[in-house]
Parts: sequence; structure tokens; C-alpha cells
Amino acid sequence: MELIFALVIGALTASGVYLLLRARTFPVVMGLTLLSYGVNLFLFASGRLSTGQQPIIGSTEIYADPLPQALVLTAIVIGFAMTAFVVVLSLRNLADNEDDHVDGCPPEHPADRAQEEEEPGK
Amino acid sequence: MNHWLIAPIVIPLLGGIVQTFMGYAPISLRRTLAIATTVLILVSSLILVSLANDGSYRIYAFGNWQPPFGIVLVLDRLAALMLVMTSVLALFAHLFSIGGADEGNRQFHTLFLFQLMGLNIAFLTGDLFNLFVAFEVLLIASYGLLMHGGGTVRTVPGLHYVVLNLVGSAIFLIAVGMIYSVTGTLNMADLAVKIPQVTGESRNLVEAGAMMLLVVFALKAALLPLCFWLPKAYAKATAPVSALFAVMTKVGVYAIIRIYVLMFGDDAGQLANLGMDWLFPLALITLAMGVIGALGADNLKTLIAWQVIISVGTLLAPVALGSEKGLSAAMFYLVSTTWTVAGLFLVAELVSSQRGSAGDRIITAPKMRHRTFLSVLFMMGAVAAAGLPPLSGFFGKVLILKSVESGPQMAWLWSVLLIGSFLSLIAYSRAGSIVFWRTVDGHLESPQPLKGTVSVSAGALIALTVVIVALAGPITEYTDATAAQLFDASAYTEILQTRMVGEDN
Repeated sequence: MELIFALVIGALTASGVYLLLRARTFPVVMGLTLLSYGVNLFLFASGRLSTGQQPIIGSTEIYADPLPQALVLTAIVIGFAMTAFVVVLSLRNLADNEDDHVDGCPPEHPADRAQEEEEPGK
Repeated sequence: MNHWLIAPIVIPLLGGIVQTFMGYAPISLRRTLAIATTVLILVSSLILVSLANDGSYRIYAFGNWQPPFGIVLVLDRLAALMLVMTSVLALFAHLFSIGGADEGNRQFHTLFLFQLMGLNIAFLTGDLFNLFVAFEVLLIASYGLLMHGGGTVRTVPGLHYVVLNLVGSAIFLIAVGMIYSVTGTLNMADLAVKIPQVTGESRNLVEAGAMMLLVVFALKAALLPLCFWLPKAYAKATAPVSALFAVMTKVGVYAIIRIYVLMFGDDAGQLANLGMDWLFPLALITLAMGVIGALGADNLKTLIAWQVIISVGTLLAPVALGSEKGLSAAMFYLVSTTWTVAGLFLVAELVSSQRGSAGDRIITAPKMRHRTFLSVLFMMGAVAAAGLPPLSGFFGKVLILKSVESGPQMAWLWSVLLIGSFLSLIAYSRAGSIVFWRTVDGHLESPQPLKGTVSVSAGALIALTVVIVALAGPITEYTDATAAQLFDASAYTEILQTRMVGEDN
């Protein structure tokens, strides 16, 4: 179970970080979402993985730690609100700049600029 | 248990909730209530600072749960100092905002008060996860405030700010998870007890978690290489919001002081002074970077935004050296620089409102109205920010310079700080002489004369720099005592033994 869990967290985080580094807001928002999934699972795992255990100290040899579960719940709620906000902000960016590039407009390509400079001389 | 501790959190919470439901009430009523709330926060902070001044720790345990099992608020001198600094600044920024900046969005005052609530929780909390929640509260309010006033210019810096801070939150959670998985606690006092006992492989986990926390706090504090979001965002925001945001970077500085002095101080065994050897050079490079940015700024607000970065570098350098004198000097400078920078943001807005289409750009324009008043304010702010005598910035910088012991670190700090101050002086003189002295013929289309509230609040924030000089004796005594209290980590951990209400002996 540990191996699968670790692989899932790793895959989510890696794809989240990859998408986060894209230049369009949609992949960035997707990346943030995946990253927060990865983080939530990681936080959950910090209380150790176990199945069918009671969350009470002393009742059994191995117990399920309830605190990380509470932390994850808080983190999920906050993450949800933040994602909603960033979606609205991205749409606003798209509406304001008529482009969903994270900088408002894509940086000019050197070749395009050179072409533009030539044009007036024609 | 002391119930006063909850006051700086409950007051803005209730005030904010009231504002939420009053979006359609007359604006004068909303403004009166909002200012009344901010005044109450200031009063409660002053009560807390008088409580904290006796040097003992006071705690408020939510639901009467004994720490480390429940969440606690802890009041000490550092927390009280930050509270007073924030609430004084907030009052003047809020007064400035009722001069017209709060129009255009019905929820401006709500966001402003929730932002204050988040800041106050961050300063008072004694729990690492609660610190995360406080960061989120103040961030979500700041996202709204940053976008306030609209205009397409704010969308892109706002988006960058939000995405960066969301990534920061993700890293914070990973760090919290790593530390919890080893220590089994997130109470700061309990962590200070448990971290020195961690050995073997688990120590690497704690170390990694702590370094990730440093990254998060460095992002909040805008330390190089995580500072590039700041100038654009701060320069584009509405003036009272920029002024309030002067505190936001200081939250990162506060968290670094709180966490690293308490948990990774000299008593932390093998983890002692973790990360501080990274922090010192980074702080100096940040300082240098800020100066370069200030020299290259083409408008007043960008210039002042880079001043925020300069002050972060100046603050963190003595903190990283970890001496008691250095910490005390840093706190003196912290108060002085925060108020000065906030005042300068407000003055820049006033200048911009009097110059027509030239705005706050550093270009020549026709003579502005109220030129004498504004230029005197700008000069006082610039003198305080650059660190010239006789204003408070000078004393802060002298204290920082005096706090280093001789050695290579002293050489580095002295040279970077002094050359940096000189160059920022050049940046301010250039900006001031172009904006105020070099005028072209022509007249502006009769701009609105300055209103009373905006002039008073901008003037008062700048004038605080004189007040700090006048009260330099008591303030240094307080910061000295604060530094001494911070370095006595064992006293902090005694809060774990506090008796709860109704508990028998």
C-alpha cells in the first residue's frame, strides 16, 4: 500500500508542477488542482497508513491518527475556495486581455519583431 | 488563560461580518462603523502590549483544551509589538481609504477587516497549522484587496500573486506534514521541546520540512529569488491597500523570527541555527537587488515597492546572524520601516492625484497644487527610508550596524548596507527633484484639492518617524527585552504547563 500511495502522490505532484509551469492559465489552474490533491494525500499519510484501526490511543496496538485527517479536511476546504477564486481570476484575465496567457499577452517572438520592423521600410 | 488575547481577532471578525451584510447601507454609516472597528483593534492591541510588557507569557486555549492538544493563542512581547505596529498602520490606511479609495466595491471594508483578522491570528497563534490557516485568511482577503478598484492593469499582477501564494501554501502543507510525521505535534512550544530530541533518519525529515518552511516564509517576506512578484503587485494596488501590504512582507519576517529562534535556536542540538547560513547571504543580495530596482524605477510607487524589498533584506540580515542585539535592532528597524514605507505609498498616491495625466511617473509635469506640503512629506519619508539622520531609519540602521561582531560578516553587512543606503538616497533624490522641482510651463486641468482625511493620514504616518525618534529610548528598551525573551526558549515551553480553567491543583 505504501508504494502505491507514494507513487500516486509523486505522479500527482510531478504532473501538477509540470502543468504549473505552462504559459496558459488553464493548465496552470489544472496544475494547482493536481498539486493540492498530491499535497492533501501527503498530509493524510503523515499520520501513517493503516486500515480498520480505531482513532483512540491505548485501545489497540496500532491506532489511526485522527489529527492529520482533520488537517486534510481544513486544507481541502481552503484549497477548494482558492481554486474557485483562481478560476474566476483566470476568466477575468481572459476577458480583460482577450488572451489566456499568464502575462496577459504572449511575449513577442524575436522573429516576429524583426519582421514588423522590416515592414514599414517596404 | 487570558480572554483579552482573543480581542484583536474577534473585533475585526464581528466588524467584518457586520460589513458583509451592510453592502447596501449608506456609505457614511459603513465608513463610520469600519473606522470604529479599526480603532477598537488599536485599543485592544494597546491593552495587550501593556499586558505583555511585564515579560510573562499569556495564553488563550480555545475550548479550554490543554496545549499541546488544543489550539492556543500566545501573547509575548514580539506578538504585542507586531499587533500594535499593524493596528496603528491599519488605522491610518483605513482613514486614507475613506477619502474615496473605498468606493467602487461594496465589500472593501469587509476585506480590509478580514485582512486585519488574518494578520492578528498570525501574530498571536502558537500552533503551526493555525499559522497556515492565518496565512490563508489574510491571503484570501489580500487577493480581493489587490484587485479592488478594478482596471485591467491589476489582473495580471493579481493572477501572479494568487498562483504564487497557492504554490506557497502547498509547500507549507508539505512541510507541516513532514514535521508532524516525526514529532506528532504542531504546537510551537511542544515542537521546541521535541525537535532537539529527534535523532537518526527522522532528523533529515524534520530538517527538510524546516527548510521548506523557510522557503514559504521567504516567499511571504519577498526574499530573493522569490521577490519578483512584489514590485508589480504593490505598485498597481490602490494606495491604502499598498500601505497595508507593507505589513504583509513583515509577516514572513515575523514567522522566520518566531519559528527559527524558538524551534531551531541554540538549544536545538544538531538542528541548531538551521538555514541561517543561507539566509544571511540571501538577505544581503535581496538588499542589493532592491537598491538596483529602486534606481531603475520609472514611477514613485514602483520605487517605494522596491523599498519594501530593501527593508526585507536589511531586516533579515541581522536576524540571520542570530545575536540578541541584532534581533533587537531588527525589531526597531521593522517598526520604523513599515510605517515609513506605508506613509510613502500614501504620499505617492496624493502626488499622483495632483499631477493629472503624469500620475506618479518620474517625469516633468506642470506645477502641482499643494506642492510644498507634498514635497515636505516626500522628503521626510525619503530621509527616513534611506536612513539619514535625524529620522528613525537612521537609528534603525545604526543599531543594526552596531549589532554585528567584527569579522567577515561585519565587513559584508556594513559595505552592502552603507552602499545600498547611499544608492537608494540617489534614487530618492532623483525622483524627488524631477517630480517636485523640475516643472514645465502649462497648467493642469484643475485637479481636486486634497481632502482633509487623506492629507492627515498620510502626514500622520510620515510624522510617526519623528515620534519613533522622540520615543527611541522606551522603544529600544522594549525591543531589547523582546529579544531577550525570544532567546529564552525554555520560558516559552512552560506554557505547556499552564493550568486550564476549572482545573484542580
